[in-house]
Amino acid sequence: MKEIVILSGKGGTGKTSIVGSFAALAESKVLADCDVDAADLHLLLNPSVKQETEFWSGQVAFINAEKCTQCGLCQDICHFDAINNFKVDPISCEGCGFCSHICPVDAITMRENMAGHWFASDTGYGPLVHARLGIAQENSGKLVALVKQQAKQIAEKDGLDYVISDGPPGIGCPVVSSLSGANLALLVTEPTLSGIHDLERVLGVCRHFGVPSLVCINKHDINEDNTRRIEDYCSDLGIEIAARIPFDNVVTEAMVKGMPVVAYSDGNVAREIKSLWQYISRTWS
Amino acid sequence: MIISVASGKGGTGKTLVATSLALALKDKHEVQLLDCDVEEPNDHIFIKPDIRHQNAVSIPVPKVDEEKCTHCGKCAEVCAYNAIAVVKEYVLTFPELCHGCGACSYLCPEQAISEVANDIGIIETGNAGAMDFVHGKLTIGQAMAPPVIRKVKELADNNKVAIIDASPGTSCPVVEAIKESDFCLLVTEPTPFGLNDLVLAVETVRQLDIPCGIVLNRTGAGNGKTEEYCQKENLPILLTIPLDTEIAHLYSRGVALVEGMPQWRKDFVGLFNKIVELVNERNSDTER
Repeated sequence: MKEIVILSGKGGTGKTSIVGSFAALAESKVLADCDVDAADLHLLLNPSVKQETEFWSGQVAFINAEKCTQCGLCQDICHFDAINNFKVDPISCEGCGFCSHICPVDAITMRENMAGHWFASDTGYGPLVHARLGIAQENSGKLVALVKQQAKQIAEKDGLDYVISDGPPGIGCPVVSSLSGANLALLVTEPTLSGIHDLERVLGVCRHFGVPSLVCINKHDINEDNTRRIEDYCSDLGIEIAARIPFDNVVTEAMVKGMPVVAYSDGNVAREIKSLWQYISRTWS
Repeated sequence: MIISVASGKGGTGKTLVATSLALALKDKHEVQLLDCDVEEPNDHIFIKPDIRHQNAVSIPVPKVDEEKCTHCGKCAEVCAYNAIAVVKEYVLTFPELCHGCGACSYLCPEQAISEVANDIGIIETGNAGAMDFVHGKLTIGQAMAPPVIRKVKELADNNKVAIIDASPGTSCPVVEAIKESDFCLLVTEPTPFGLNDLVLAVETVRQLDIPCGIVLNRTGAGNGKTEEYCQKENLPILLTIPLDTEIAHLYSRGVALVEGMPQWRKDFVGLFNKIVELVNERNSDTER
């Protein structure tokens, strides 16, 4: 079983549209939506949820006002400025528990925090594990790890060849979590200066964690000069460009219809994505 | 006044809006642009600031004095992040897991733990003409963006027009970037993905009790569902930007919209005026 994660650094370069198409193309796989705080893959795959589970993670401090003597020690020691006027701001609280350990009258308790939900679903294209982080919650990295672990279990149980993960944008905690244990990172970029800048950083993260990478240039024709810059940059680093996908409004049309683009159209975009998947499945089987 | 720019979905045009808003205002107001997308900061590409200062951002992580340590295990017991472990005669620390809360060093009965700085990113400050510029950069391989964002925000000046560019999503880095703003602009596109993530972003700003308005980018693609949603939720659409190859091409070359197409300047000044109006309305409502 191989684990492939799709990343980009910059948001909105086309990760989810490509993963949605891989869902339609790959035969033996489970899908994992690791963009847990803005998950969109379900909009292309129309899942029916088989199992919904609460995600409890982390703690939040709570001050019992009847016991509190307003000595102010907790406010002084909190490194996150989460306590003001002897009340805890649950959004700033990082759940470290320092205050609960030092309160001289034991007025502070730590309460478990329900941080979201995760779902095991069926789609017309195979199983999907996805999640919804609660509004303004932390621990997205842990929820990503949980989604991946559940997807892996399904792949192992059903003897599936691939776990295909739709990754989050950026390079921080949920990205690091989605890379852990991956066999391949497919980096989707676009020929804009922002896209190139962000590709360089996410490529740095993949190298830091020793995950082999392939690059896909999406909307390559919006700026051919920049496309060449990406090609040169990747060739200097010995990183392969596995696909060049043209800009086409058909991607948005398919999204509006709630379908993977390869199921909606058989134009140039669909052809490029098909040959990208063929290449990946041949090379990483 | 602090105006933050967020989106939910990535790639909807936060950077375009934040940079053009800052540039459109810089001749009439004292403007500060703070790029809080510390994982993937891009504003500098469009602003081309002169960077004058660089400061490391660090969090305090534990350092154990082996001579004083009795291996009692108190530090491992109080650490909520499993960033310190005591195995027989050894204490292991994992700086990448540490949130820098300080509990272990304070609570160590032997005072064997001191806090040392672990660098996780840098802050760069400078200016582009009269405009102040600040951005943070999370170091490659580091996971925790919020402490870097906090450092960028410490430099926000309420007496100026401070524009904060946030990262995509709705979790802790976004909350850290937008909280305590006077107003949050949510940039979206009229597609199913854009709408799905806009709904999450609206819930987030409402939870933080920040007034917000919408910039609808790339109109003409997608469908009319986002406008229906905005109407139903009483969210003002303050600016629309069409899907346009010239705009996309300027963006791809790192040229700010108001510089490549100066006719847009008045639209961004108008956007700012609407924001000021909405903020004033709200302030007079809360006073009443």
